[in-house]
Amino acid sequence: MNAGEGTVPTGMLAAAAATFRRDVALAFRRPGQMLQPVVFFLIVTTLFPLSLSPQLSQLRDISPGILWVGALLSSLLALESLFRADLEDGTLEQWVISGQPLAVQVLARILAHWTVSGLPLVAAAPLVGASLAVPASAFGTTMLLLGLGTLCLSGLGAAGAALTLGSRRASVLLSLLVLPLAMPILIFGARGVDLAILGEPTRGPLLLLSALTILTLSLTPWAAASAVRISLE
Amino acid sequence: MATWTWFHKLGSPPHVYRIAGRFAPWFGWGALLCIVYGLFGGLVLAPPDYQQKDAFRIIYVHAPAAWLSLSCYTAMAVAAFVGLVWRMKIAHAAAAALAPVGASFAFVCLATGSLWGRPMWGTWWEWDARLTSQLILLFLYLGYMALRSAHDDLQRADRSSAVLAIVGVVNVPIIHYSVYWWNSLHQGATVMKADRPSMPTEMLVPLLVMFLGFTLFQLWVLCTRLRAEILDRERNARWLQEQLREGA
Amino acid sequence: MNQWASFGEWLAMGGYAAYVWPSIGLAIGTLLLNMVMARRRHAQALQRALRRLAVDGNGNGEA
Repeated sequence: MNAGEGTVPTGMLAAAAATFRRDVALAFRRPGQMLQPVVFFLIVTTLFPLSLSPQLSQLRDISPGILWVGALLSSLLALESLFRADLEDGTLEQWVISGQPLAVQVLARILAHWTVSGLPLVAAAPLVGASLAVPASAFGTTMLLLGLGTLCLSGLGAAGAALTLGSRRASVLLSLLVLPLAMPILIFGARGVDLAILGEPTRGPLLLLSALTILTLSLTPWAAASAVRISLE
Repeated sequence: MATWTWFHKLGSPPHVYRIAGRFAPWFGWGALLCIVYGLFGGLVLAPPDYQQKDAFRIIYVHAPAAWLSLSCYTAMAVAAFVGLVWRMKIAHAAAAALAPVGASFAFVCLATGSLWGRPMWGTWWEWDARLTSQLILLFLYLGYMALRSAHDDLQRADRSSAVLAIVGVVNVPIIHYSVYWWNSLHQGATVMKADRPSMPTEMLVPLLVMFLGFTLFQLWVLCTRLRAEILDRERNARWLQEQLREGA
Repeated sequence: MNQWASFGEWLAMGGYAAYVWPSIGLAIGTLLLNMVMARRRHAQALQRALRRLAVDGNGNGEA
């Protein structure tokens, strides 16, 4: 990975880092758009107390489910636009002809997407948790689990977003493709939060979710990369 | 060498078209025989279960339907893989031909599971691990078919849905495991298990025959639909025109 | 066969008729539906191909 003779570093990791920086910088130029999933998260999680009951003891029982369903739906929101603009302005073609491994570029895109859409959700989790009577002692684990879960979902979502490029009604289709695949994330994540609220050891779900995230991030970039190639053919 | 020519023939539409046409009747009549015998054996000859009485007879359609839906998905993913890696068009056609059968039997499996659950559990739906993972499998099928129909371009539809089928089949064991894990946490021993350690022969044989019958049926549908796909996809090919002139 | 005293008893399925028969019916219905749809799909494709052949066979090329 040396920089070669020119001043601009070239290489797989340098290209990936450049993609990552570009994506994050672009997102920060539009903070309003970046915050939309967080606002959606807050609104969705408000619906549950209003539709069920304001009793904190009852809310505590179902709060892991609310937190996770809310977080999954919110991070789905930003997924549709993951590759669309780049398909339209030709960036994706540049990726393909740049000679850099496409999957690594996609992985950089996934990480950038998670930084600007997943991390804000994680940051908002204590706020939502407090409103759902999650004890403060469980905040740390909840945030860790949500971070892993949203990262995993960004990976799955990248494959889904790349597959629906150039198709009709892409946003509904994307949810239809990604949500069934995301069910293990929901299961492990919600169980972990549940255990954290009860004050029990959360190692099991935490490890399972970590394994799932590593597996997803090592496989979905390839799937997304081949889907991007198909959409360019 | 021999395996490669075989593989090559498998990829050539004229060959597959003829082979599928030749085998289809065998699969079809075999399926009919097996299913008729299996139903007779299961519904008439087999003794009632000591615990579930005659309600257990639902298993003669429920279990083969579950098998069919899972084997169709696996076959679809294998075909998708072959189609993607070796750019074999016929494999994509096979994947397209398999999806509707698998999806419909995933639904049959759920509905019969629910009908069995009503007298056994007392509810139409129980969040049982088996049924839940079958439900997710149905969702995977629906997503696959939706993605296929969302692309206007046939090649793009083929290749995109192939990627999805592969991603899906990698996920199936994970989903299966996670659902069982989830289920074991939340369910006590109240749920009755459908599997017994040993089934008497007169119960087991019709069930195995039903499995065989459903598999043959799946192959028959595959052959028939595959021929239709080839007719549509190869419509400009000379061999097809000659074949049709001779009389299909 | 000795377990069923009469045809009516067989139909009653030990009181589970309301669950057994719909299951069987649904399965057979789905088998038939798949069969009909596959055959129709094939017949339509064949029809299309033959129509094309007829048009091309007249030497006109364009339809």
